[in-house]
Amino acid sequence: MHITASEFKSFLHRVTLKVEEKKDDLSELDRKLGDGDHGVTMSLGWQAIEEKLHTDLKDETDCGYICKEVGKAFINAVGSSVGPLYATGFLRGSRVLQNKSELTDDDLSAFWVAFIDGIQQKGKAEIGEKTMIDTFMPARNTLQERITAGDPFESAFEKAVQAGKKGMESTRDLISKKGRSSRLGSRSVGHQDPGATSAYLMLEVFLSTVRSAQRV
Amino acid sequence: MKKLINNPQHVVDEMIEGYVKAYPEYIKQRNENKRSLVTSRQTPDNKVGVLIGGGSGHEPAFMGYIGDGFADGVAVGNIFASPPPDPILETTKAIDKGTGVIYLYGNYAGDIMNFDMAAELADLEEDIRVETVLVTDDVASVAKGGEDQRRGIAGGFFVFKAAGAAAAKGLPLSEVVRIAKKANSHTRTMGVALSPCSLPQTGEPSFELGESEMEIGLGIHGEPGVERGKVQTANDVADRLLKDILHDMPLEQGERVAVLVNGLGSTSRMELYLMFRRIEQQLNQKQITIHRSYVGDYITSLEMGGCSLTLMKLDDELADIVDYPADCPMFVQK
Repeated sequence: MHITASEFKSFLHRVTLKVEEKKDDLSELDRKLGDGDHGVTMSLGWQAIEEKLHTDLKDETDCGYICKEVGKAFINAVGSSVGPLYATGFLRGSRVLQNKSELTDDDLSAFWVAFIDGIQQKGKAEIGEKTMIDTFMPARNTLQERITAGDPFESAFEKAVQAGKKGMESTRDLISKKGRSSRLGSRSVGHQDPGATSAYLMLEVFLSTVRSAQRV
Repeated sequence: MKKLINNPQHVVDEMIEGYVKAYPEYIKQRNENKRSLVTSRQTPDNKVGVLIGGGSGHEPAFMGYIGDGFADGVAVGNIFASPPPDPILETTKAIDKGTGVIYLYGNYAGDIMNFDMAAELADLEEDIRVETVLVTDDVASVAKGGEDQRRGIAGGFFVFKAAGAAAAKGLPLSEVVRIAKKANSHTRTMGVALSPCSLPQTGEPSFELGESEMEIGLGIHGEPGVERGKVQTANDVADRLLKDILHDMPLEQGERVAVLVNGLGSTSRMELYLMFRRIEQQLNQKQITIHRSYVGDYITSLEMGGCSLTLMKLDDELADIVDYPADCPMFVQK
């Protein structure tokens, strides 16, 4: 299968819509664990990406360049901790997609592995610490396993999204070990992590983008 | 929660605009980045640059402390969110005089990532030497033994002031860093929250607290504290905060401290003076000398209710630093 630059941009656009839709839910989750602004922060970041897509990147077809600019737009709009994390993900992803306007199965899995590894290396969180890594890492590992086993990208990514969902749901029973919520200790148990939740939204939207691209 | 705002998305930028227009003799906004604020005064050649920062919502921190004897520049983030690397780098470039810049901010994962990225860019692209000192004064956040992992709250005021004074005295970067670290290691804070704050974008209270409840060990981002209990009298709360601090940082008879009773945003001065009154009585009884005291809103959490107590243990060097004059829009000390 192939994903074109315009489909890749459509994925980013759909994440923006999804984040807008779930903005209040994400903030509500964060109220239990932090300062209650995760939905606001993600919305600011994705709106900045959306604006970039409509202006500087309107006619851009190099997915690597798109990723790089999107990462910069995101971090400069939000700062925070998600800013450097997502920006690092996009910058690592941009290296993999450099000079590519059509993305193959290999490109797509390499992008996600680079994106997630970048986030993990920047934030240094491990699975089980109640962060976005609890969603991203199982998804990344499953994706790589399924691709190595010879699955086509779409079905491999579908399994990855399922693994990410399980990871996201697992954060409910975890004690936070990273970030501001770690200060709550055992009081953080019982609430799903907002960062893990927004990470899952992104994966889910990518899957639906791939599916609709397939149908065309 | 009722608030006097326009578009919730624009509160930070509109606040900065108002602030800069109110104090042009002190502050200017960089054309290159509107979240980068620097002193509008001429500072001495070779002076080490002092850059403080963090999210908005802590006013008068951090931008209220730009001025003589304090900070040279501030990078402003969104509400309760670290600023991104761009405004930090822009501020760094603007205040560097060739002798380097010190970054001071609270120990939070987001701030560390953004400030470190800016420090790396300053070094690689601008050849500016940057050193970082993290504020870790909150006793409640991590048990004794893990002092360097604690979060930074109101005690940042003393650490920023120490670095600002050391830099204003013309000391080199290594000395400014040493003194800031020393100030941090001599500073302890304990806080109590009575009511939450609400973000302009959501309007929702940051946590729920019953009419007769209080939280001990609060954060300054509307986070709940580490322990919930029944609201007590000012004297009992003051005793509790002081007890936790002294347990963590024992003080001997005859020692000197600087005291900060910091309001979180919506607690009246009346209450803060009641708190200080009790702290003074207790320290007096223990024959600990209050060298200098500060009572008021220094680092807030929007309109959160409650306060914190900060003690900085002084030796001659730190006493001298505390006494050093400062002239900022939100803080003047002669």
